[in-house]
Parts: sequence; structure tokens; C-alpha cells
Amino acid sequence: MDKKITIALAGNPNSGKTTIFNNLTGMHQHVGNYPGVTVEKIEGALNYKEYEINIVDLPGTYSLSAYTMDEIITRNFLLEKKIDVVIDIIDTSNLERNLYLATQLMELGIPLILAFNMYDLAKKGNFSIDKNKLSELLGMPIVFTIAPKQKGMNELLDNVIDLIEGKIKFNKITVSYGREIDEEIEKINNILRKDASLIEKYPIQWLAIKLLEGDKKVFEEIKSIAQFHELFAQVQASIQHLQGIFGDAPEAVIADRRYGFISGACSEALKKTYEVRHTISDKIDKVLVNKILGLPILFTLMWLVFKATFAISAPFMAVIEKAQGYLSNLVSGFFSQGSVIQSLVTDGIIGGVGSVLVFVPIIFMLFLAMALLEDSGYMARAAFIMDNFMHKIGLHGRSFIPMLLGFSCNVPAIIATRTIEDKRDRFVTILVNPFMSCGARLPIYTLLIGAFFSQKMAGNVLFSIYILGIAVAAIMAKIFRKHVFKGEATAFVMELPPYRIPTIKGLLTHTWERGSVYLKKAGTVIVLASIVVWFLSSFPRAPMQNQTVAENLEKSYIAKAGKAVAPVFKPLGFGDWKIATGLIGGVFAKEIVVSTLGTLYSTEENSRGLRSALRDAKRTDGNKLFTPLVAYSMMIFVLLYIPCMATIAIIKRETKSWFWAGFAAVYTTAVAWLVSFIIYQGGRLLGLG
Amino acid sequence: MAQEATPLTMISEGKEVILLSVEGGLGLRSRLTAMGLKEGMKFKVLNNHKPGPCIILAGGTRLVLGHGMAQKIFVKKV
Repeated sequence: MDKKITIALAGNPNSGKTTIFNNLTGMHQHVGNYPGVTVEKIEGALNYKEYEINIVDLPGTYSLSAYTMDEIITRNFLLEKKIDVVIDIIDTSNLERNLYLATQLMELGIPLILAFNMYDLAKKGNFSIDKNKLSELLGMPIVFTIAPKQKGMNELLDNVIDLIEGKIKFNKITVSYGREIDEEIEKINNILRKDASLIEKYPIQWLAIKLLEGDKKVFEEIKSIAQFHELFAQVQASIQHLQGIFGDAPEAVIADRRYGFISGACSEALKKTYEVRHTISDKIDKVLVNKILGLPILFTLMWLVFKATFAISAPFMAVIEKAQGYLSNLVSGFFSQGSVIQSLVTDGIIGGVGSVLVFVPIIFMLFLAMALLEDSGYMARAAFIMDNFMHKIGLHGRSFIPMLLGFSCNVPAIIATRTIEDKRDRFVTILVNPFMSCGARLPIYTLLIGAFFSQKMAGNVLFSIYILGIAVAAIMAKIFRKHVFKGEATAFVMELPPYRIPTIKGLLTHTWERGSVYLKKAGTVIVLASIVVWFLSSFPRAPMQNQTVAENLEKSYIAKAGKAVAPVFKPLGFGDWKIATGLIGGVFAKEIVVSTLGTLYSTEENSRGLRSALRDAKRTDGNKLFTPLVAYSMMIFVLLYIPCMATIAIIKRETKSWFWAGFAAVYTTAVAWLVSFIIYQGGRLLGLG
Repeated sequence: MAQEATPLTMISEGKEVILLSVEGGLGLRSRLTAMGLKEGMKFKVLNNHKPGPCIILAGGTRLVLGHGMAQKIFVKKV
């Protein structure tokens, strides 16, 4: 039997933890070049020598004074779980700052290994480390790693095992905080030791230091102990006493001593002090985050993204569309003409799922463009550029990252808000995120734009939809901040990573990991939805009379349901029952809008493209159903109305409230109706259709 | 104090300054410390979108200091 052990990866944000995690476990967790990519702990496992190693990737943190939600996750995990070894991933080019966390991890008393990551980059900056010396001074093993090249991984695991087997010793070195502070720590320790449950749960030394530092969350956690009053009085007295001696909060003095300890060790073991590196990044930033140019460049980049996604994916989509028609004809030959099963397979499944699959190229292109932004390091720059604007709507630049991520999918985007420390900021960012148009909505736009706008206009129309989404999000954020989540905008600070040239492998992995979700949905949820829609649209089946397919459809279950809802959309220009049905389907997943239309229209217009079917669609009065204005109004409605089930579920989870989840569903739909109404009726007044 | 404390937002790009104080609670201060920005430390202002956010270079770290944050940071010129 293999021996089971658990190790955790800790470290500063953007230090490469997840890349090392992926290397060790063979998994493909999302990495990116901005702080806060990992906001949930992720577990994996591997077998190495005689060990079964359970490995946990923790969200990045700068210290154990938990500040944001993702950091609290890290701290609680390290405190509560039985971990055999912690590997602290250090960004070597930023050694002293990264070691600050290590000094705190040391106090937890868990065996610690330091992985000096990105050692190659640091070495370029004229910088060399006496590993053995530093290892001795810090009392723990050090391993040099280069995560993207998989270097140092086995050595890391060997060190883990050597620590466990006692072949190397973990010398518990503690930072000396000086006589005065140590004395106060001891006084607090004496009270803490009276409570057995505390000794069980916390490393006492660490707890005492956190109390001296005035950590509010720690105070909250131990409020229930019997000696709390005595403890509280002692901590207050100690803080005052130290404040008197140092003329500063003990917290600041403790931080100074930690840095003192670090620079003491480093001055002995670093052969050369490093020069400031990534000057290329600075040069790029002179232009990209320039006060005047920054914003126009950001918008030009986004415009290019949409223009390019459209242009590059168009030929691929045409091929898939053709293949779909071909397949439909081919397959229908296998079944007897007019049978139920033929209708199910060709109209239902191929019509429904096929209409979604057509959009695979454009979705992958968009995800590729997003991966480019994430991996290059531009994400954090966008946050900086947008800070002033975000400030005007009551948020700050940090909130812009989840908003940009929303262009891929709102679910991870909403989870990413955990890096926002202030609860009000975070809730507002969550509530407006669904207005950021996700990839699943793209097929609907592509379909309608392709059918009703010229090729030349396509990219611009698409861009305008995304911009409108941002504008509505901004207005709603402002309203929420003013009336619901009142309070001043909070300050934000974020690390800016150096630019990196994204690797092809990294880009493809990211594109695939997100794109495959879309494919999976097409193979599962969309198949199911297509079958349901087909069933509801084919029954009740009239006896074989000389009724046309279209007449049959008009009497189906789904027509009845659609017709009941359709009047709601009449003032928006698309009071058609088929559209209404599609929109209802979109509540489950946005792709279902298109797959439903695919099924409903293929019943009518066999083997003809959905696009031309929509172009020919008529109203009851015989006029064409769609004009460009109607199409635009419908796209805006799709952009803004109720987020999909998965998004609502994640809002519930992240806000821990059904109220806010329900609220998000209702208010977005109200906003959607209103904005579409204004666009359609306004457009008609202007004579646009 | 030889020189008056100036808010960071007033410093022009490319200038080096020394951090004097951070207004706004222990949490904020310890946050900055953990991110590598300590009082008494010299750093360089790389970008400053007055009156808004700044990018600074402190040690090996580049930090974005948002709109509200930059106003709470007081420095003296070197």
C-alpha cells in the first residue's frame, strides 16, 4: 500500500503555482499572466515513489493577514487541514517580497520547502543565489524550478519525501522580533495555552502574533473561548505598551522585523543585488498605458478582436454549414420518408445541435483572443487604464478584470470577483457581470448579423453590442452603488506582472479548455433540449392528412406555449411565437435560442440554412418578420435578459443568497425589455424600419 | 521632516520618491507592506494618470495603485 500524504502549494499571486500544479498532476488548470487567476483551491493527486500524494493548489496570497476572500480560503485551509508539507512558490526575481509570506508560513510550524521559480529569468538580471547558504539561514530546503520548462519538479517531490522520512530536517527557525515584542508574545501565549481547544486548532505562536498585529478576523474566530476577556485585555495592554516604546503600531514593527530577517539572510546569500528588470515591459507600457493613448488603444484592441474573430472564422463556418446540410440529407436517406424517427434525427437533432456547432469556429477564435489578452499580461493593464472610469461608476479598476473575463463566460468571471476585497464592490461587480456578453450568446449575434447585415458592417455591429453591454453595466453599477450598496469607493492595489510572450501551447490549451465546454454542452444539454423542442413541436401529431408541415407545427404544444408568451415581445419588434420559444429556451443555456430556432425552422424549410429561413420568415400579416432593426432589437434583448441557469446558480453560491440570484434574473430581464423597447420604437420613429 | 509630505497623485512620471505614510487604517498599510511597499522605502513613479491611478516600481515589484489608494499615500521627493 502506498503511503498517503497531502501537500499544499502556497505563494504570492502570479508566482506560477498553478503551472507547477499542472506539471505535477498532469492536469490542465487555468493559468494566466495576472494576479488572482486561481481563486479556489484545486486538488489533484499523483503517485511518486511509494507515495500517493494529494496536492492542493491554493489561491495566491501576499501574507497570512487575510484580506480578500480568496486569501481567506488559503489561510483557513492551511490552518484547518492536516498538511504534511507546504511548498511555497517564490518568484525569484522578486525575492524579498516573496519571502515575506515564507516568514509567516514558517510560524505555522508546517514543514516548508521553497521553490525558487522562474530562476532563469532572475539569472538574466545579473543575480545569483548561494542556495545552500540561504537554505541554511532560512532553515528549509530550497529548490530551483522553471515551471514552464518543467524543470525542478522531481527535485521538489524528492525534497517532500526526504522531509517526511526525516532525511532532511526542517529547522524551525523563528524570526526574532526583539526582546520587547517577544516578551509580549509570551504573555499572550500564556493565556492562550489555558485553552486546550486552541492548542488543538492553532499554532499558538502564530496566533499570538496575529493578535498583536490586530488581525480582526482572528479575534472574531476565538471570541467564544472562556478566557477571551482576559486575553483581550492583555492584547490591548501589549499593543499600547509596544506602541509607547516604538512610537508605531506593533504590526508595523513586526513587519519591519520580518523584512529585516529576510534582508539579513539575503545579504549573506545573494551574490549580486539584482537590477530592476523587465525594462522592455516599461517601454511597452509607455505607450499601452499612456494617459492619452491608453483608452483608445484598449478600445481599438477590443474592436480588432471582434473584427478578426468574425473575419477569420467566416470561411470555417461556411464549411460546417455545408457539411451539416449534407449530413442531414445523407442521414435522412437511412430512414423511411416522413417517419417520426427521420424527423427526430434530421429536424430535431441535426437541425438543433448542428445550428449550434456551426458557431464553433467563431467561439474558438474569441476564446483564443481572450487567452492572448490573459497570457500576455494586458489584463492587469486594462484594469489600470479603466480605473478612472470605474471610479466614476463607483467601482475600481480591479472590477474590470471580471468584466472582461465575462466575454468568455460569466460563470468563471463571477467567481473571479473573489479578489475584490470590499463586499459592496464585489456584489455590484457580480450583479452587472451578466451584461458582459458571454461566448454562448455569440451564435445568436452571428446568426442574425449574418442574415440581416452586410459583411462589411458585421464586425462593427457586433462591437456595438458588446459596447452597449458595457454601457448598461456601467449605468447599473452606478445606480446600485448610489442606492443599494451605498458607500465610498474603496482603494485598490494590485501587482502588475511583466509582459510575457504567450506560448502557442498555452494559448491552445486555454482556448481548448474553454471551447471544449461549449462542445460538451452541444453534445449534452443541447441534444437534450433539441429533442425536447422537437417533441413539443411535432406533437400532437395530426393524422396523416393533407396538412402541411407548417400547419402541423402551428398546432403543436410548443406553438401554444410560444403564442402565449409572444405578445410580451411585440412592442420590441419580434412578437413571433418561434422567437419567443427560443428565448424561453435561452433561460437554460443561451445556445438553446439558436438550437431551438434551428429545430423549429428546419421542420419548415428542410435542408435550407437557418439564416435564409429567418430571412424569409413572415409575420401573420404577411410582412417579413425581420428587418435589421428587429434583428438588432432582438440581439440587444438576448444580450441583456436573464442570465443562463449556470450563471444564476453561481450568483447564488457567491453571494450566498437566493435573493440576489433571483434579483439578478428579474432585473436584467426588465432592463433588457426596456432597452430593446427604446431601440426598436426609437428606431421606428427615426424611420429605420 | 525636512520636506513636506506630498500626496503621490501630485508626483510626475519618472520621479523617485520615498514613502512617508499611508493614511487609512492598519489593514491597508499591512496590505501594502506585504506587497513590498514599506514606509521609508524609495520607489519610482512609472505612470501617473492624475488624479487617478499610478503605477509604481518598488523593489522588483510593479504596483497599480488605484484612484482612491494613490491619494492616501504620502511621499517626499528624493
